[in-house]
Amino acid sequence: MIAIIDYGAGNLRSIERALVHHGALTVVTSDPDQIAKADGLVFPGVGNARMAMDRLRASGISDAITSSVNKGKPILGVCLGMQLLFGAQEEGPTTGLGLLQGHGVALPATRKTPHMGWNTVNFQQHNVLSHLDAGEYYFVHSYIVEPDDARDIAGITSYGVTFPSIVSRDHIWGTQFHPEKSGDLGIALIGEWLELVTRREAA
Amino acid sequence: MSDQQSSNLAIRVIPCLDVTVGRVVKGVEFVNLRDAGDPVEMAAIYNREGADEMVFLDITATSDSRDTMIDVVRRTADQIFIPLTVGGGIRAVQDMRNMLGAGADKVAINSSAIANPELISQGAEVFGTQCIVVAIDARWSPEDHYWEVYTHGGRKPTGQSAVEWAIEAAARGAGEILLTSMDRDGTGKGYDLDLLEAVGGAVNIPLIASGGAGNTDHLIEALQPGRADAVLAASIFHFGQLRIPEVKREIARSGLTVRRVRMDD
Repeated sequence: MIAIIDYGAGNLRSIERALVHHGALTVVTSDPDQIAKADGLVFPGVGNARMAMDRLRASGISDAITSSVNKGKPILGVCLGMQLLFGAQEEGPTTGLGLLQGHGVALPATRKTPHMGWNTVNFQQHNVLSHLDAGEYYFVHSYIVEPDDARDIAGITSYGVTFPSIVSRDHIWGTQFHPEKSGDLGIALIGEWLELVTRREAA
Repeated sequence: MSDQQSSNLAIRVIPCLDVTVGRVVKGVEFVNLRDAGDPVEMAAIYNREGADEMVFLDITATSDSRDTMIDVVRRTADQIFIPLTVGGGIRAVQDMRNMLGAGADKVAINSSAIANPELISQGAEVFGTQCIVVAIDARWSPEDHYWEVYTHGGRKPTGQSAVEWAIEAAARGAGEILLTSMDRDGTGKGYDLDLLEAVGGAVNIPLIASGGAGNTDHLIEALQPGRADAVLAASIFHFGQLRIPEVKREIARSGLTVRRVRMDD
């Protein structure tokens, strides 16, 4: 069972349909118990970082996520959900879950913001996703992350600056883009993550 | 300096379907469809062909039609995984919530935003600016030398300047502007490039060009630096004059960045 974490962060239907497309069983939930019981967590998000963290902390969801992930449960953070895998966030400001080391900062104002549309992700050779070819994914965001450890960067994208568009460390993955809106490539990437969940279940 | 040149951000090609009570208006003629009036089937085909987004506009926007649209959006979101914008008849935050809840990624507001500009900021606050597309229908006023905003499907002049309105919409939290030239709409003579430059130069949010596309060169010229970030078109795609894969290949050959799609054929 994949828990899609619902904390009032907008359209969850697309990500759910993308998971179901691969045959996954899903539950959209804000219940810490269901989060604890799930085999994998999808952590979506649009909107404001501080409002999101305030809601996550007040509802006990943030503790449920961190304790599950610290025990090795796979998580996929999407867009704001990826940002909040990290620590200090310029937006708010607030502090994310701190599952990965680094911080979130605003995109430099040299370009139209939000960065909206299809942009190229180049996968990094050192990472678990290095077998994927460069391709276009759909982005909508105004903030980026700066990981402390460059090894956590799985893919990079250029928009005025070059920034991490996909991060992964062991069972913790995050995409700055929306895989559920990125056509066949995005669907394939969600499939890769589900395989990780299956491997972890089997292990 | 353009966004395209200094990053890999791709231009977007966006087919638009006019829908009324769940049916595509005028139908679609270029491909053997089981049901040429079914917007869900059309969206699936455009998705396969490499459309970068889809727009559904409910052109009647009665409450019956809007309820049917929610079902159309839900069924579309079940099978296509590209961004979907829905417009027509969205007058309140609750209408936005219904469409986004059904699986739309963005809502387009036009007359209702003019009547109540607060709707832009309210929508942006609740759902994020990326969800709010402000659609502007503009016509050149030769007497007064400005582009005037029209509402109610182009029937009602407002006396408001399209450039000024775009600036205000952006300031209130619009995530994108969908700009239709009424002078060019349906003519096939090309987008109104002066209008695109006037609005594109005035706002710092993405601009979608609409109205007048007749061939691929029209798309390419509209997508040049300082004009639009995306091109919307309806009839040229629906009636098979242009096919999206060829259009995107030609746009790429012109030097602009496009999203590559692996086609089955």
